[in-house]
Amino acid sequence: MIETTVLAAVGGEDIEGIQLLLPAFYDLLFGGLSFVILLVLFWKFALPRAQQVLDKRTDSIQGGIARAEQQEQEAAQLLSQYREQLAGARNEAAKIRTQAQSERDEIVTQAKTEASSAAEQIKIQATTALEAERGRVVTNLRKEVGDLALALAEKVLGESLKDDAKAKAVVERFIADIEKSAGKK
Amino acid sequence: MFAMTRINLIMLVMTTILFVFFFMAFRKPQVVPTGIQNLGEMFLDFVRVHISEEVLGHHAKRFNLLLTTMFFMIFAFNITGILPLMHIAASSVVAVPLILGVASYLVFNYAGIKQHGVKGYLQMNLFPPGVPIPLYLLVTPIEAVSTFIFRPATLTIRLVANMIAGHMLLVLFYGGANYMLFISDSLFLKPFGVFSYMAGFAFTLFEILVAFLQAYIFTLLTAVYISGAVSEEH
Repeated sequence: MIETTVLAAVGGEDIEGIQLLLPAFYDLLFGGLSFVILLVLFWKFALPRAQQVLDKRTDSIQGGIARAEQQEQEAAQLLSQYREQLAGARNEAAKIRTQAQSERDEIVTQAKTEASSAAEQIKIQATTALEAERGRVVTNLRKEVGDLALALAEKVLGESLKDDAKAKAVVERFIADIEKSAGKK
Repeated sequence: MFAMTRINLIMLVMTTILFVFFFMAFRKPQVVPTGIQNLGEMFLDFVRVHISEEVLGHHAKRFNLLLTTMFFMIFAFNITGILPLMHIAASSVVAVPLILGVASYLVFNYAGIKQHGVKGYLQMNLFPPGVPIPLYLLVTPIEAVSTFIFRPATLTIRLVANMIAGHMLLVLFYGGANYMLFISDSLFLKPFGVFSYMAGFAFTLFEILVAFLQAYIFTLLTAVYISGAVSEEH
C-alpha cells in the first residue's frame, strides 16, 4: 500500500536506485525551459527595475540632504548679513547722535553769542539815550538856574541889572564855577 | 513522443507564478514602494544582501542574476512539495538540481578562468601554495576531484535527495495515518494513526523550512564557489 503510494507520487513510474540520479529528457526540457524563462525574467525585468528604483531612492535621499545643506548655508549667510546690517545701523545711529550733540552745542554757543551782542547793543543805545537826555536836562537846568539867579539878583539889586549884557555874562561865569566845583566833587 | 509528467506541469505552473509575481511587483516600480512591490523588493534584497553581497563583496553585481534566479527557482520548485493539489517538489526529479548544478559549475569555473587565466586558475586549485612539494601527490588528486567533480555532484544530490526524502516522509506519515485510521480494522492501531497524522503535519511544517533552507544552501554554496574562484588572495 505505502509502496504503491510512493511510486504513484514520484510520477507514476518505476524509478529505483541509480535511476533516481539519471535525468529524464522531458524533465531536462521543462526544467531547462523554466530556468531560462526565470533567468530572462530577472535579467531583463525584475533586477534592472529593482535597481532603478534603488538608484532613484538613493538619488532622492541624497538630493534631499544636499538641498537641506544648501538651505542651511543660505540661512547662515542671511543671518550674518542681517547681523552686519544691524551693526551698521547701530554705528550710523551712534554717528548721528554724536553729530547732533555737536550741532546742538554749536547752536547754543551761537545763540549765546547773538544774545550777548544784542544785549550789548541795547545797553549802548540806552546809554546814548541817557546821555542825550542828561545833556538836555543839564541845558534846561542851566537856563532855569540862570533865570532864577537873575531874578534873585534883580530882586536884591533892583531893576538895574535888567537887559544888561554884562550882568548876564557874570551870571554865566558864576554858574560855570558852580559846575566846576560840582564836577570836582 | 512528447511526454509531459505531472512534475513538468508543476514546473510550468511555478514558473508562471514567479513570472506573474515579479511582473506585478515591478510593473510600475515606485520610489516609495507599495503593496506587492514591497514584497518583491524584500525578496530580491534578501538574495542580493544576504547572499551575493555578503559572500562576493564587490563581485556581487556580476553574479547576482544567477544567484537570484537560482534561489527563487529552487524555492518555488521545492515548496510545491507541501502545496495542496501538487504535493510533490518539482525539484525532486534529478534534472532540476542537475541543470542548476551545471549552471553553478560553469559559472564558477568561467569566473575563475576569467579572473586568473586557465593556468593560474588550475594552479590555484590543484597546487595550492604553502604545501610541501611531496604532499602534492596527495593534495592535487583530492583537490581535482573535490573541486571539479564533487562540487556539482554534491549540489545536485543534496537537493534532489532532500526533496525525495521529504516527499517520502510525508507520504509515509500521511499514508500510514490513512491506513491505520480508516483502512485497518484493528483498534490497537488507531492511536498510532493519530500520532502518524500529527507527525505528518509536523513534517509538513518542517518541509517549509527545508524548502527555504535548501534553496538558501544551494545558492550560498554557489556564491562561495564563485568567491573562491575569483578571490585574489590565492
